[in-house]
Amino acid sequence: MLDLLRTRLAQGTQTIAFPNDAIALPERFRGRPIVERNGHATLDLGACLFAPEDAIDTPECRVAFTHDYRLSSRTRDGLVTATGKLGALSPLDGPMRKLLGRSLRLRSVVAGSCNGCEAELTAASNVVFDMARFGVQFVASPRHADGIVITGAVNVNMRGALERTYAAVPDPRIVIAVGACAASGGPFRGSDEAGTGVPSSIPVDLWIAGCPPHPLTILDGLLGLLGRIEQGDRRSASPATPEL
Amino acid sequence: MSVPVPPFAQLGNRRAVPLDQLPELTVEAFRDSIATQVDEGWRIVSLFGTPETATSVRLIAVLADDERGQLGAATTMVGERYPAIASLCAQASIFEREIAEQCGVIPEGHPRLAPLRRHPPDHRPSGWPAPRPPFDRDAHQFAQLEGDEVHEVAVGPVHAGIIEPGHFRFQAHGEEVLSLEIMLGFQHRGVERLLEAGNPSRAMLVAESIAGDCVIAHANAYCGAMEALARCRKSARAQSIRGIALELERLANHVGDLGALAGDVAYQPAAAFFGRLRGDCLNMLMTISGNRFGRGLVRPGGAAFDIPPDMARELDARTRRLDLELRPVAELFFGAGSVQSRLEGVGTVPHDACVMHGFVGPVARACAVHRDVRHDHPFGVFRFAQIPVATAWAGDVYARALIRWIEIQRSLEFVREQLGALPAGDARVPCDALRPSELVVAMEEGWRGEVVHAVLTDERGQIRRHKVTDPSFRNWTSVALAMPGNQISDFPLCNKSFNLSYAGHDL
Repeated sequence: MLDLLRTRLAQGTQTIAFPNDAIALPERFRGRPIVERNGHATLDLGACLFAPEDAIDTPECRVAFTHDYRLSSRTRDGLVTATGKLGALSPLDGPMRKLLGRSLRLRSVVAGSCNGCEAELTAASNVVFDMARFGVQFVASPRHADGIVITGAVNVNMRGALERTYAAVPDPRIVIAVGACAASGGPFRGSDEAGTGVPSSIPVDLWIAGCPPHPLTILDGLLGLLGRIEQGDRRSASPATPEL
Repeated sequence: MSVPVPPFAQLGNRRAVPLDQLPELTVEAFRDSIATQVDEGWRIVSLFGTPETATSVRLIAVLADDERGQLGAATTMVGERYPAIASLCAQASIFEREIAEQCGVIPEGHPRLAPLRRHPPDHRPSGWPAPRPPFDRDAHQFAQLEGDEVHEVAVGPVHAGIIEPGHFRFQAHGEEVLSLEIMLGFQHRGVERLLEAGNPSRAMLVAESIAGDCVIAHANAYCGAMEALARCRKSARAQSIRGIALELERLANHVGDLGALAGDVAYQPAAAFFGRLRGDCLNMLMTISGNRFGRGLVRPGGAAFDIPPDMARELDARTRRLDLELRPVAELFFGAGSVQSRLEGVGTVPHDACVMHGFVGPVARACAVHRDVRHDHPFGVFRFAQIPVATAWAGDVYARALIRWIEIQRSLEFVREQLGALPAGDARVPCDALRPSELVVAMEEGWRGEVVHAVLTDERGQIRRHKVTDPSFRNWTSVALAMPGNQISDFPLCNKSFNLSYAGHDL
């Protein structure tokens, strides 16, 4: 018991003061890209895999990654931009927020993923990110849930199970699509078996981009949806030095 | 004595051979020689099919003698049916189920020809008529037991937490599990076809997404195969960086698994501490590569990111701190009697079953099977910096937890040693075109066990077949074998102690 207390003291408090603290991400972190010169038409953050090769610097085109971890949009089209800048994330409407109060209970449905997004969703609940302090928790049954979180490209073998789980969540329900696969099929786009993300039959309330999204990206998206982050803070924060 | 017994061609880990050097056997000789070699202590590393003509499939078998560090390969041609190897050799069973599903070939006399991932054949010769009846994803009948008070419990594919999809069908008597049948394939994304699509930069990203918690091991194996086919010699520095990344990945997952085991037996302090320390390992990968899982780091020809001296010093300090913080937590976890009594004697995999089925990784090492690619078939940095192989004998949840803790300590030592003595050289060198008509087998000891990428090029140097074997593919059978006799309420604990990948199995 004494050992336990000693270890507990040595470990200290590890929870970050999100969203109030400045968060230092390593120099090479690849967050939201910015587009300065674009030879192509637009940049789709929903399809972006945040690979180092995506940073381009040619006379026609310059795309660079910033340290900005905020990558969420209420609409799928909102992830498609010409400059890499995202619009303000509008929270759920008043009645819905009132209905939820300070609690959001979610059911996870994994449908054709690599398990990367799931690992980060799990990490968002650990003592560092501690999503539960904002009232967000994952529950064991769709009947207990206010909504579902979908990860994966919605492949053929999971599509039916996803639709049944969605149907089992009582109305009104929220749908959150996490990761490049759920938005576009991600690295598996083009495969007959993988699918191209959440089908239009399931209306999505929040899209969180990333491959996989950092736990901070997930927290930011969820808190933005719940109206728990000041919009001014969220969108006017200057992007860190772009990585080149 | 060290030469493999004919009729196998000698191979090495990441040493490409021209396809025409593989002895082409009759199907009977192929079958008999695999069974004979396995009886003599060899094991199947890979066994797969690829369409040869419009009406035939080429089977390729790769076998390993781990004690002597030898690999051997042979090939044969089959039509729509051939006599199953699995009726002579249990290790072939799961590989032949895969061949049947991918190529539409029937191994006759196979003891259990159930669907594996439930998808239509995607490597079937073009000249064969469409199978009748048409493919049905839901056709499988689960085995059922009958008797007084015997009941069936079905779990999944959607699980009660943030867990990948899979279906578990228990036959139980009260709390006691009589048998468990596992149905997977819910994560099937058609990975192999994407790797074979002829777009190397895209294939690299697909290889990093085979199993999202095993990015480095798959990327290392993928690049190892490409580099061998291109005769690319990467620098000692690149090999060292890849080794560091591989061990950081092992650290993150082993630490996370110990935390999850602590959580499953309701020992919250260790669950919280290990969970946080796992993040520290991931953050070290992020410092190197810009991504918490190391995506973007491993590229053909070496590493896309170097570790400059100041970063090496910083990482070394972080590794030392991690070491100091992990020890007291591990002492708490392994020292608590209440934890020990929950882990011991639960979910035991028998040693004989492990040898018979050819399980790999910590699952095998926890039942006294000395098997580790880094030791048996060393490559890259592991030829110079050996990591001792950790084994335990009990084969239960406790043994698998213990193996993880020993491996955590060895990986920490390795990472610190490498960071302190990074060789000079370029992190990355060019990697040119692939040689035509060759076969290469790249093996890597990921944290779950042996990752295998077997790649075959065609006469133009394009990828003709890319066979991925994740350790989970072989080890899921061990979960089903470990459950009978245990309480059904212990399934989450047992399952977590294996922590196999659904995505890696389903491809």
